[in-house]
Amino acid sequence: MTTTPDRADRHNPVYDRLHEKPEFTELRARYRGFVFPATVAFLIWYLLYVVLSMWAHDFMSHRLVGNINVALVFGLLQFVTTFLIAWVYANYSNRNLDPLARTLNEQYEKEK
Amino acid sequence: MDGNQVLTASLFLAVVALTIFITFRASRGTSGTNDFYAGGRSFSGFQNGLAIGGDYMSAASFLGISGLIALSGYDGFLYSIGFLVAWLVALLLVAEVLRNSGRYTMADQLAYRMKQRPVRTAAATSTVVVSIFYLLAQMVGAGALVTLLLGVESEWLKNLTIFFVGALMIFYVTVGGMKGTTWVQIVKAVLLMIGSALIVILVLAQFDFNISELLGSAAANSGKDGFLDPGLKYGADTTSKLNFVSLGLALVLGTAGLPHILIRFYTVPTSRDARKSVLWAIGLIGAFYLMTLVLGFGAAALLDTSVGSAVQKSGGNLASPLLAEEVGGGAGTTGGAILLAVIAAVAFATILAVVAGLTLTSSASVAHDLYNSVFRKGEASETDELKVARISAACIGLVAIILAIPAQKLNVAFLVALAFAIAASANLPSIIYNMFWRRFNTRGAVWSIYGGLISSVGLVIFSPVVSGKLNADGTNAALLPTSIDISWFPLENPGIVSIPLAFFLGWLGSVTSKEPAAEDRFTELEVRALTGAGAEGPAQH
Repeated sequence: MTTTPDRADRHNPVYDRLHEKPEFTELRARYRGFVFPATVAFLIWYLLYVVLSMWAHDFMSHRLVGNINVALVFGLLQFVTTFLIAWVYANYSNRNLDPLARTLNEQYEKEK
Repeated sequence: MDGNQVLTASLFLAVVALTIFITFRASRGTSGTNDFYAGGRSFSGFQNGLAIGGDYMSAASFLGISGLIALSGYDGFLYSIGFLVAWLVALLLVAEVLRNSGRYTMADQLAYRMKQRPVRTAAATSTVVVSIFYLLAQMVGAGALVTLLLGVESEWLKNLTIFFVGALMIFYVTVGGMKGTTWVQIVKAVLLMIGSALIVILVLAQFDFNISELLGSAAANSGKDGFLDPGLKYGADTTSKLNFVSLGLALVLGTAGLPHILIRFYTVPTSRDARKSVLWAIGLIGAFYLMTLVLGFGAAALLDTSVGSAVQKSGGNLASPLLAEEVGGGAGTTGGAILLAVIAAVAFATILAVVAGLTLTSSASVAHDLYNSVFRKGEASETDELKVARISAACIGLVAIILAIPAQKLNVAFLVALAFAIAASANLPSIIYNMFWRRFNTRGAVWSIYGGLISSVGLVIFSPVVSGKLNADGTNAALLPTSIDISWFPLENPGIVSIPLAFFLGWLGSVTSKEPAAEDRFTELEVRALTGAGAEGPAQH
C-alpha cells in the first residue's frame, strides 16, 4: 500500500482556487444560514421542554383531554418539530445546496 | 425444559443461525480495508438508514426505555425524546461533512488538518472507551433476557449468556466485517419494527385504541401519584432536577459523537446518500420511540410493577418481553409463550446487531488510527491492518465480557446514557470545532478529547452510580459494596459539567498554541466537506 491519502502533508492548490469562487462563498453562506439558526432553534426548544418538565410541574401536569396532559403533548411536539426540520432541510439542500456543490465538484474534477 | 422453553430456544437459535448465515455470505464480498471498515461504500441511503436504525435502537431503547416508563412513568419518556431530537445534530452538522472529509474512522476528519499521532491516539482512546460502555449495556440486557426466558435466577447462566454474546459479536466482526454487520443490522431493524408494532397494536386493542384510557389504567395500576406527570423519578429536589437536565444534554448531544454511528456515514457512496440515510433513520427511529411510549405505559397498565415484582427486580429491563407475554394471553398460555419467545428473540437480535457495530467500530479505530497511522506511520500493508483489526475485535470483545459481569444490576438505558455523556463530552466538541472554526488546532483537539473523556468518566466514578447510593428499601443501589463510599459528585449523569468543560478546553487549547498548518488546511477541509470534492469514492470492484 502506498502512503495513506488522509495524511496531513498532502495539499492540492485546487482547493484554494475553489475556496475563492463566488459559488463556494454562496454555498457556505446558504449552508450556514440554514443549519446554524435551525440548530440554535431546536436546541432551545428541546431545553425549554427539559427545564419546564422539572421546574414548571403544575403547568406540565395540567390535564388537557382525559388523561392527556401538557407534558405529553409537549413531548409529542418535539417529535413533530424533529420530523419537520428534517423534512425542510432535505428540501432546502436539494434545492439550494446540491446544485452549487455539484458545480464546484465538476470544476474540481476538471482541475485536479 | 417444557414445550414453551423449547419454542423459545428454537427461536433464539433461528435468529443466531440467520445472522451467522448473513455473516458468511457477506464475508465472500469482503477483501480489503475499504470493504472491512466501510462495506465498500456501496450501501444505498435507504439501506444505510435501516442499518443506522438497527445500530441505534439498542437494547437500551427496546428494553430500557419501556422499562423506565413502566417504573417511573412520564420521566422515562425523556429518553425517547432526547434520543430522537439528537438526530438533528447529526443531520445538520455532522453526517454529510464527515462523509466528505473522512475515510474510515471518526479520527480521519480531525487528522485531516491536525498532527496525526496525537489526535488519532486521542480519538481512538475515546472511541474504545465509549464503545465499551455501550457494549456493557447491551450485554447486561442479554443476560437479563435469558434469565427471564429460562426462568432460572442463576448467576452462572447470565455469565454464560454474556460470554456467548461476546463470542458471537467477535465472530460477526472478524468474519463479516462492515458488510456482514450492516446486513445483520438491517434484518434486526425490520424484525424490531414488526415485533414492536405487533405488541403496540395488541396493547392498544385492550384499551379500544383509546390512549387516554391506556394512560389512566397505567396511572391507576402503577399505584404511584403523579405517574403521568414529569418529576416522579427526577423531580424530588434540585440535585435530581439538575441530574435530569444533565441527562437531557447528554442525550441530545451524544448521538452525533457516537463512533459506531459516525462510521455508518462512510458506508454510502456520497454525502447526499449520507443525508438520505439520516432522513430514513429519523423516520424509523421516531416511529419506534413513539411505540416505546405505548410499550412503557402498556407495561405499567397491564403488569405488576410494584416492589419485588419481576419488572422492578430487573430494573425495568424485562417490561417489554413480559408485556408481550401478557398481551399474548398471559403466563402459562400458549399465546403468551409464543409472543414472549418472539419478542425475546427480537430483543436478542437487537443486542447482537448493536454489539457487532460497536466491536467493528472500536477495532477499526485501533487498527486504522493506532496501529497503522500512529505505530506504523501509515506504512502498514492492508493485510497487516486487517489482521490487527480482527485481533483487536477479539480483545475488545473479551474486555467487554469481563466488565459486563459486575454491571448487571444497572438499567440498560441508564448505562447507555453514560456512554452518550462520554461521547458528547469527548467527541462532539472536536467534531464541531474542526468543521466550523479555523483557529482550532491539535492542542485544542487533544485537550478537548482527553478533557471530556477524563472528566466524564471521572465524575461517574465519584458519582452515586459507583458508590454510596441506597434503594428506597435500604438495599445497595451502587456498584461497589456499601462499606466503600467514594462518591462526592451528586449527579448520576456527568454531561452538564463535562460537555461545557470539553468545549472550553477545546477553545483554550487552541488559543494558547499556534499551528499555522492546521489553519491553512481548514480551507481545504471546508471545500471538501461542503462540495464533496476529493471525497473517498465507492469501492471499484
